[in-house]
Amino acid sequence: MNSGQPAEAPQSFYYNTGKYRGVLSWVLSTDHKRIGILYLLSVGAFFLTGVTLGLLMRLELIAPGKTVVNASTYDSLFTLHGIIMIFFFIIPGIPASLGNFFLPLMIGARDVAFPRLNLLSWWFYIVAGFLALATVVMPGGPPDVGWTFYPPYSIRTTTSVSLAAFAAFVVGFSSILTGLNFITTIHRLRAPGMGWLRMPLFPWALYATSWVQVLATPVLAITVLLLILERSFGVGFFDPVKGGDPLMFQHLFWIYSHPAVYIMILPAMGIISEVIPVFSRKAVFGYKAIVISTMAIGVVGYLVWGHHMFTTGMSEEAQLVFSLITFIVAVPSGIKVFNWVSTMYRGSIVMAPPMLFSLAFIFLFSIGGLTGLVNASVAANVHIHDTYFIVAHFHYVMFGGTGFAFFAGLHYWFPKMFGRIYNVRAALIACVVMFIGFNLLYFPLFILGWNGMPRRYYDYLPLYQPLNVLSTIGSWVLAAGILVVVINLVRGAFRGDPAGSNPWDGTTLEWQVPTPPPAENFDVIPEITHGPYHREGKAQ
Amino acid sequence: MGLSLIHKLTDGHSRGLLPRAHLDDKGSYSAVKNLPELVNDAFSLVIVISLVLLVLVTFFTVFFAVKYRRKKNPVPHEVKEPLILEITWTVIPTILVLIMFWAGWVNFVPLRRIPENAMPVKVNARMWSWQFEYENGRTSPTLNVPLGRPVKLLLHSSDVIHSFYIPEFRIKEDVVPGMENFLWINADREGEFDIFCAEYCGRGHSGMISKVVVMSSGAFHEWYEKKEEKHAAAGELSGPALMEKHGCLDCHSIDGSALVGPTFKGLFGRSQIVVTGGREMSMIADEAYIRKSILHPSDEVVKGYPDIMPSFEEDMNEEEISAVIGYLKGLK
Repeated sequence: MNSGQPAEAPQSFYYNTGKYRGVLSWVLSTDHKRIGILYLLSVGAFFLTGVTLGLLMRLELIAPGKTVVNASTYDSLFTLHGIIMIFFFIIPGIPASLGNFFLPLMIGARDVAFPRLNLLSWWFYIVAGFLALATVVMPGGPPDVGWTFYPPYSIRTTTSVSLAAFAAFVVGFSSILTGLNFITTIHRLRAPGMGWLRMPLFPWALYATSWVQVLATPVLAITVLLLILERSFGVGFFDPVKGGDPLMFQHLFWIYSHPAVYIMILPAMGIISEVIPVFSRKAVFGYKAIVISTMAIGVVGYLVWGHHMFTTGMSEEAQLVFSLITFIVAVPSGIKVFNWVSTMYRGSIVMAPPMLFSLAFIFLFSIGGLTGLVNASVAANVHIHDTYFIVAHFHYVMFGGTGFAFFAGLHYWFPKMFGRIYNVRAALIACVVMFIGFNLLYFPLFILGWNGMPRRYYDYLPLYQPLNVLSTIGSWVLAAGILVVVINLVRGAFRGDPAGSNPWDGTTLEWQVPTPPPAENFDVIPEITHGPYHREGKAQ
Repeated sequence: MGLSLIHKLTDGHSRGLLPRAHLDDKGSYSAVKNLPELVNDAFSLVIVISLVLLVLVTFFTVFFAVKYRRKKNPVPHEVKEPLILEITWTVIPTILVLIMFWAGWVNFVPLRRIPENAMPVKVNARMWSWQFEYENGRTSPTLNVPLGRPVKLLLHSSDVIHSFYIPEFRIKEDVVPGMENFLWINADREGEFDIFCAEYCGRGHSGMISKVVVMSSGAFHEWYEKKEEKHAAAGELSGPALMEKHGCLDCHSIDGSALVGPTFKGLFGRSQIVVTGGREMSMIADEAYIRKSILHPSDEVVKGYPDIMPSFEEDMNEEEISAVIGYLKGLK
């Protein structure tokens, strides 16, 4: 494997294969950069798998009744789409790929604190990925329960629910170990002089994320284990027929899965906080405010899971408190948006692809976040709960937010990772196409939801068809944009122009090392004397 | 903790804030006609505030991106970071979210206060049909309600979690097996409105649809007092009609095609492998087996099919079961 290996950089980590040759020099490497690229390829593959499943779902929904697949297949499609996108793309996506590659570089470290544990995380991830995909060929067929695994249905169905749940269990360990590794790395391996408030904002975001990964993921592990026990041995945890409580499952599930939403969005916010200052040639506005907001989201995010259960018959007191805290958690996200926009004020702005993706992020994430307030309002929630409004909302946050930030980060750090640059014009066009396709695909779903169309519907009443057609057309436009991105990046990695070590004029440490970085990053660990966004010769 | 205080606060508050939702002397919301408006109002408030914020953020993003582009503004200027700015955009959004929260809460409370004079109707949900049971024992596949009278819906599920949803009335509540949730409605115009299941419940989820039929008071009472066909002539109901009524055909086909359950075509006398108590055994589908499968479906499940059928012990009487078996005998 010698992808993107510029001949002029013989010291780069691509040449330092370590003990092994060929593929083994990748899948057994403990170099955080090689592991980062392994993750990038794996999450990329899962992302494209999830996109394909999503396209099939949208195609099925272009008309009421059966279009291309039957109801059972459709149920498996949305289940696999959810499991793959959530557990194998969005949660590990940014931290494990871009985070792995750039966290040590950005804090002036030679690697993460536990390089072997880092490799083990990837192996857990890839094994779990194969387990999840194996459900397709297992007797009983792929799971048909949604990524939420709600019992009692998930206990009664004969599809491969236990295997899918076990895959979530295994990938959870990957997540926990990565979190543990990053926390230790950030505490112990910062370069001399890099106090906490001299650390760049992407590492800050990864720090908050890692704590959530370490503290929340075990709850998911326990929950799916109980589900597997109930399915295999009939232990009555959740099935009311056996004296269990199905709502206990929902509480346990969301105690993990709501903080998981912040595992997904915090690293994305970290990327935006890096990109906007660089392409505005400014220090980030309100560094401390962004740091405090990041940590506040990480902490308060634990206390809002109940808003997923407003219509389950929970007590009014719980509804009151969960609604209040859910509203409160929106504030720090708003503060970040205001600081990003203010960073551009009086800057010198270059509309390069990472910047355009970041501005698209601000718009789409704002819509996603603000419609989250609708869900937080108990009276409004009664109507839009479990409808397409929710589907639209979380795709705006997860894809419009995290997805677009992932692409921003990828286009931002791509030259450093591969030593070459993609076609900038093609990247800008792809971003615009994706933006248009995204809104065509997901905005109609808000209206469908408000008009009452429930989610996870294989079939629907004719009155919902026009907006469904529009949405399906949007899915094709979005897919076309993604295709251009993939082709452009793959082509760029092999045949792009050499990038130089600091093509964007970035101020953080990863831009001060050669491109691609050498095996142990730094010959001499740098001494840090100023904040991360300080520019030479400018007043700070 | 001061739960009663919360209620006192919110109930008292809603008196002044919400003209549409006023309390009568007994402290119930019987006079509320427009429950959907409460939901719409809470929604609109959030949407209006959100739109203002979105327009502001988008405007400044685009404005800065154009005004300070590299060509026009080659040299960036570092700016001061006035603390007052951070405080302003922390405090104002906090106040806004608190307002939205409060509006959401006070508009929600009336949805959960059932008037004392409400007519109770039991909602029976199962995969994948709705059945409505009235006080006098009458059952119906549609929810027939009189105009302008509060109706209390008691939600029961015999298998998995469903969610009872009437988009037009802006209400929804999960139907959780093993517990009784509730909703109430007060229809203010005649007509037919869709009922959906909003919680995914398996293959037939999107087909789990019924209707609310809002009738004039007179028409409702006529319908309500009318003897049900079942009581009048149970024996005369044909097999297919009975199966339609009880939702059998949602899962079992009569033409040999594969659905969630085994097909009825050629069932009688067929030899099949069943799983009972974890062991497999071969058995012939005779009259006793079919009767047992209707009353205790989990005891012997045909191999390869999920154990998801609810018991019909309380839903079908002896005549109905006999009629169904008689029909199945002839279905070759």
